[in-house]
Amino acid sequence: MTTPFLSVRDLTVAFGTEDGVVHAVDGLSFDVEKGTTLGIVGESGSGKSVTNLAILGLHDPAYTKIGGEITLDGRELTRASPREMERLRGNKVAMIFQDPLTSLSPYHTVGRQIGETFRKHTGASRREARDRAIEMLRRVGIPHAASRVDDHPHQFSGGMRQRVMIAMALVCDPDLLIADEPTTALDVTVQAQILDLLKELQDQSGTAIIMVTHDLGVVARTAHEVLVMYAGRAIERGAVREVLGTPRHPYTWGLLSSMPKLRSPVDVPLVPVRGTPPSLINVPPGCPFHPRCDYTELAGPGLCRGERPELAPHRGHGDACYLTPAQKRTIFTEQIKDKL
Amino acid sequence: MYHFLVRRILGALVILLIITAVTFFLFFAIPRDPARLACGKICPPETLELVRHNMGIDEPVFLQYWHWLAGIFAGREFTYGHCDAPCLGYSFVNQEPIFDAIVDRFPTTLSLTIGAAVVFLLFGVGTGMIAAARRGRAADKIASSASLVGASMQIYFVGVLATWVLVDRLRVLERPAYHDFTADPFAWAGGLLLPWLVLSIIFTANYTRMTRSSMVEQLSEDYVRTARAKGMSSRTVFLRFAWRGAMGPIITIFGVDLGTLLGGAIITEQTFSLHGIGELSIKAVVNQDLPMLLGVVLVSAAAIVVFNIVVDAAYAVIDPRVRLS
Ligand SMILES: Nc1ncnc2c1ncn2[C@@H]1O[C@H](COP(=O)(O)OP(=O)(O)OP(=O)(O)O)[C@@H](O)[C@H]1O
Ligand SMILES: [Mg+2]
Repeated sequence: MTTPFLSVRDLTVAFGTEDGVVHAVDGLSFDVEKGTTLGIVGESGSGKSVTNLAILGLHDPAYTKIGGEITLDGRELTRASPREMERLRGNKVAMIFQDPLTSLSPYHTVGRQIGETFRKHTGASRREARDRAIEMLRRVGIPHAASRVDDHPHQFSGGMRQRVMIAMALVCDPDLLIADEPTTALDVTVQAQILDLLKELQDQSGTAIIMVTHDLGVVARTAHEVLVMYAGRAIERGAVREVLGTPRHPYTWGLLSSMPKLRSPVDVPLVPVRGTPPSLINVPPGCPFHPRCDYTELAGPGLCRGERPELAPHRGHGDACYLTPAQKRTIFTEQIKDKL
Repeated sequence: MYHFLVRRILGALVILLIITAVTFFLFFAIPRDPARLACGKICPPETLELVRHNMGIDEPVFLQYWHWLAGIFAGREFTYGHCDAPCLGYSFVNQEPIFDAIVDRFPTTLSLTIGAAVVFLLFGVGTGMIAAARRGRAADKIASSASLVGASMQIYFVGVLATWVLVDRLRVLERPAYHDFTADPFAWAGGLLLPWLVLSIIFTANYTRMTRSSMVEQLSEDYVRTARAKGMSSRTVFLRFAWRGAMGPIITIFGVDLGTLLGGAIITEQTFSLHGIGELSIKAVVNQDLPMLLGVVLVSAAAIVVFNIVVDAAYAVIDPRVRLS
């Protein structure tokens, strides 16, 4: 078994705050291979962004404690020096953020913002950087790239801005691209275009992608593997077809049922999973999902409340739940399936 | 840019017109007679009438205002002599044309303002940047508490104390006085050093706090995070990205402060016996010297209006989203 391209092992991220220590990520492991896309889904606050910022080393060390290992192409990142991380960011690992309007600098032209990343990591001249910026704008499908290179972000539409963001992220041909809800701020048709663009660029360059989203539709469309996060932990993981087709964890069932259906009227309210996520400050023992779970009695008295179920460490489809595989299958086929 | 400037300057002229007119009419609302004051203790009615006529206050108010306005462009004749354009009137108290008095005093105020502005801008913004870069750590805490103390200082108190300690006792600084810059730049700087420092204390403190909070706010902006995510060094992130965004509010306040200071740092001038515009305006009020009052009001208002335009133009340079139309 070869080592995976990106491997995250037992990642913990804890923030010291005035209210106490926030355990935003607590024992998370996953792998991403070159040329594949890992979708990360989960409710707001489940630790998706915190995980990604940890990979990039963007947490402020003054109040953040990071544990575990993040290995990219054989290099351990959690103990890398700030300078090493600086050289890595935007170069081998790049990130696309949710809101392209606020995430691009309003003060600089898009050409400069794309070009300076290139210059920083390749030592190219101003001219070369500019040419490269134009080339990138062209690659992400911005019309009249050569004249738009000197425009500022506010002169672009939302979708075009996100393309600029992608151009900037890909300017150094990164091996890993982290896209944190890249389409949430865009309308549906533009969303599809951006996702297609990412897919196309991945096919060309073999980039590994982490695609964070609330939207299981996006996962189905883009990802090869999917990781379902809850309260800073992975509770289900596997190939997209398996996780979305035969989900095993009660939380995943909830997530899937809460998805807006394609054929249902648009303004039917989203049915979120009952209850709210647990506090990350005093995390109760046991399964973090048990207060919201309908099946705790089935699993056996006290089991869910007692000790935290672990996600099986092997690869392939796995979940962290005390229900037996037979129980999960039965519940899913008898109660859940028709609701999806 | 050109259209912007033309429009704003025209607007500014209208504002100045309104401000001087309001000053003019307000002054006449005060039930005191400047001619009486000028005439002296024993004043026969016919002399009073004559004084009134000489001062030009026997005419209807709006006509007086008109003469005043016309004088700016055409000059005026007084019984006391000729007043060249731009004539802002004649001070019967000081026995000199207003314009000359202002031209005479303005270099003092200008020197005081520029020197102090350099000091508080450098120290205030510098300290604020350091505090923001080291936020939460010792340097930040020291800077924050020091600026809190500084901001609560009173100029007259610090001024008198500092003069006593630094000039009278320790003799490390010169007694404040204004010397012509062109004649002797060193004497100029030496004579103003203490006023600069004292006047700067409160401003420095305010700029420190403003810069720090503005920087801290920018540092949590998405685009700054993006800059870090693409591998920019923390220095670049700080200076080229965050500072760019933090500059706006600081420039706005700086423009207002400069304008205000050029209208006369009244307390500072009084504390250090400097003869600037501030002193002139106090005297004008005390002596009920309407022409003088109008003159200094015009200067102060013009300074503020001008810096307003400069700030807006600067904004457009800093932030491409701002359109000058
Ligand atoms: N700098 C921080 N200091 C303290 N707590 C933080 C910090 N950053 C994130 N958190 C907390 O960590 C938890 C996980 O946040 P995170 O941003 O990763 O959620 P998310 O899964 O990305 O949610 P969303 O879908 O809303 O983006 C949240 O409870 C959040 O409040
Ligand atoms: Mg997030």
